[in-house]
Amino acid sequence: MKKLLIALLFSFVSTSAFAGGHSPCGVTDGSIKILANEFTTYRIFMDEVKSCAGEGADFSVTHSVDHNKLQVAALSANPAEFSAKLVTNGSITTLMNDNLLRPLDDLVAKYGSALQDNQKIVIDGKIYAIAFMANAQHLWYRESILNDLGIAVPSTYEEVIAAAEKIKASGKMANPYAGAFKSGWNVAQEFVNMYLGHGGEFFKAGTAEVSINNDKGVAALNMMKRLTEVSNPDFLTQDTNAVKEEWESGNVALMHVWNSGAASLLDDEGDQMIKADTRLANSPSVGGGSVPATTLWWDGFGIATNTSDENAEASFRALLGAATSTEMANANPNATIWLIDGYSPGDTAGPVVDAANRGAAPYPSLPYMSLLHGALSTEIVEFLQGNESAEKALADVEAAYVAKATEQGFL
Amino acid sequence: MPHKTFFWFFFPSGLAMLLFIGLPIISSFFQSLHIEPEQILMEVEKCDPFGCKTETKVDIEATSKLQEEQPLGRFNGLGTYVDRNHLAFDQIKEAWNNSSSMSDFIDIMLNLPFYKALLFTLTFCFAVTPPVVVLGFIVALSINTLTKSLKGPTIFGVILPMIVTPLIGSLVLFWMIDAKGILGSTIQYLFDDPNLSLKSSSQLTWITLIIYGIWHNTPFAFVVFYAALQTVPQDPIEAAIIDGASRYERVRHIVIPHLYPVATFIILICLMDNFRVLEPIIGFAAEGVAQSLSWMIYNDLRSENKMLFGSAGATSMLTIIGVAFLLTPVLIRTWREFRTER
Repeated sequence: MKKLLIALLFSFVSTSAFAGGHSPCGVTDGSIKILANEFTTYRIFMDEVKSCAGEGADFSVTHSVDHNKLQVAALSANPAEFSAKLVTNGSITTLMNDNLLRPLDDLVAKYGSALQDNQKIVIDGKIYAIAFMANAQHLWYRESILNDLGIAVPSTYEEVIAAAEKIKASGKMANPYAGAFKSGWNVAQEFVNMYLGHGGEFFKAGTAEVSINNDKGVAALNMMKRLTEVSNPDFLTQDTNAVKEEWESGNVALMHVWNSGAASLLDDEGDQMIKADTRLANSPSVGGGSVPATTLWWDGFGIATNTSDENAEASFRALLGAATSTEMANANPNATIWLIDGYSPGDTAGPVVDAANRGAAPYPSLPYMSLLHGALSTEIVEFLQGNESAEKALADVEAAYVAKATEQGFL
Repeated sequence: MPHKTFFWFFFPSGLAMLLFIGLPIISSFFQSLHIEPEQILMEVEKCDPFGCKTETKVDIEATSKLQEEQPLGRFNGLGTYVDRNHLAFDQIKEAWNNSSSMSDFIDIMLNLPFYKALLFTLTFCFAVTPPVVVLGFIVALSINTLTKSLKGPTIFGVILPMIVTPLIGSLVLFWMIDAKGILGSTIQYLFDDPNLSLKSSSQLTWITLIIYGIWHNTPFAFVVFYAALQTVPQDPIEAAIIDGASRYERVRHIVIPHLYPVATFIILICLMDNFRVLEPIIGFAAEGVAQSLSWMIYNDLRSENKMLFGSAGATSMLTIIGVAFLLTPVLIRTWREFRTER
């Protein structure tokens, strides 16, 4: 009886949600192999993809924090190692550079009636990806600690440092601030945030010529240095997931991490005292600017060029089913900001909306941005350790970028 | 052995070496002479949840046409070898002309990625190999004197570091030396400095990596020395005992000379192995402060963009040349020993 009820309920839900188009779920043939980043929100999304794919489909998903480094090699092979990849406005460009994602217009016409227009990532008139969530890094704080010391919620990075120093002086915590400063992608992302917060431009307009060795670049680096001085001394080895662990262990009172972190920080696991004390705040501005020092991101999926049409269709259907699942979105309103039709945002959406309203820029989708990101990821480390000057570090970044961009044919 | 017999004896392994070592090296060399074809850019409209705007994109059609015409890429000669990310001749020349003192020049040079990596690689090689040989010898000597029943379990315990996969071994140590880990907090307690972190300073990270290298490599030296110890002739030792030689004198004048060729072999293998150091750098998340030549190749092939085959090929060639330089003295020595023994 109960089974019947569930079946009825399910059929009702699916017909109402997908009225007017082919239902995407219940894939019976083709294999679905997905490469994705590793964090809780993606796990929630993938559970939905799997249930949409159904029992009959050959389904596998690989979660890896190194997804960006694997994607080009994995999708270049023919047939590709994965039929689909979860992409962001950061990672899609390298795939587009090599023509590794296929246009989805036909599949969208067939199955995509429940999609909202802003979910379609359109490049040169063709749909190349379907977005399902928006994300941004912003400030998190421990309310009781700030209240005890009479500290107002910081709205600029200068205030963040003052607050962290006050907490440190009070003896409550040795290293009250945390950010993802792991050498590699993370530390470069922190620089991107901080540089944009200072109003910087990465390239000379319309060219691949880098220009970051300027006052804004130096100011951005110096601000990062001051933040690392109030962070755990192991900051160079801590990525976002490690920072969240520090938070859940109660070692940190202020941090700048992703909005989607709410999915694991505000769940029922871990220390509930800390969870009850965790608050989200808007991303701080820096250096007297008005723009928050953060970037806007969308997360979505793309389908590999080098996979059979059958597998492409199967993967598209399963992923689309999740990317249009109002039930999943509303069952996990705080996991992220879903871009799905009928989703009513939870109480954690505020900082991302605020960042967008205050003019935070989307992460730059330029073909050569990943090369600069790569150069930043190793060349600014020595500065953060105090072994070289900011100007020297930025000159090194530029030189490393020029050598790589030349080899790739951009310069 | 007649030359003909030797030829047919050696032929299968020679063929395998040619196919699986020789040809890939030649292919890497050719790839290292080329760079990617020019990327043709175009302006297109891009729309995403944050709105529409005109942005640059690679013109796939035009670029892939270029790629079909030149599948290896553009010929760049030795350009990749001398660019800033490799031998950096231009930068070195400039530094030589502009630097005020020798230390200034060396600073600039060691800031260039290739030389930075070379410095770490060589430091690692020469800091790890001697302790490995000495420790391996001492451990082998000590275990050789144990009673039979204890030998088996002890040997197993000693070779454990070699059995553990390098990446896993370094990850285990990585967590142990974390500021909150058992070793990390013990060190903080001993030095009475709550901010002491083995992971944050370059010097301490280097020392950690070197200690890890010694820990990981010693079992290899031990196994080889231990096997060689079983071949030490008993007659001279017994004669020495009758003559009243102490244990130290016996080891110094009989065992060590006997093990000399074995030590050369261990040094050779250790230098070669350590020149290729990679896993501990990944395991200890030390990319920021300690880069090796192998890590540079790894980074070129696993970066967030297209794989830089040319750059990786050039670094590989330079690594091979480096290994050859490093091994020459030891090889010459082995050759001489071989000649005199005949």
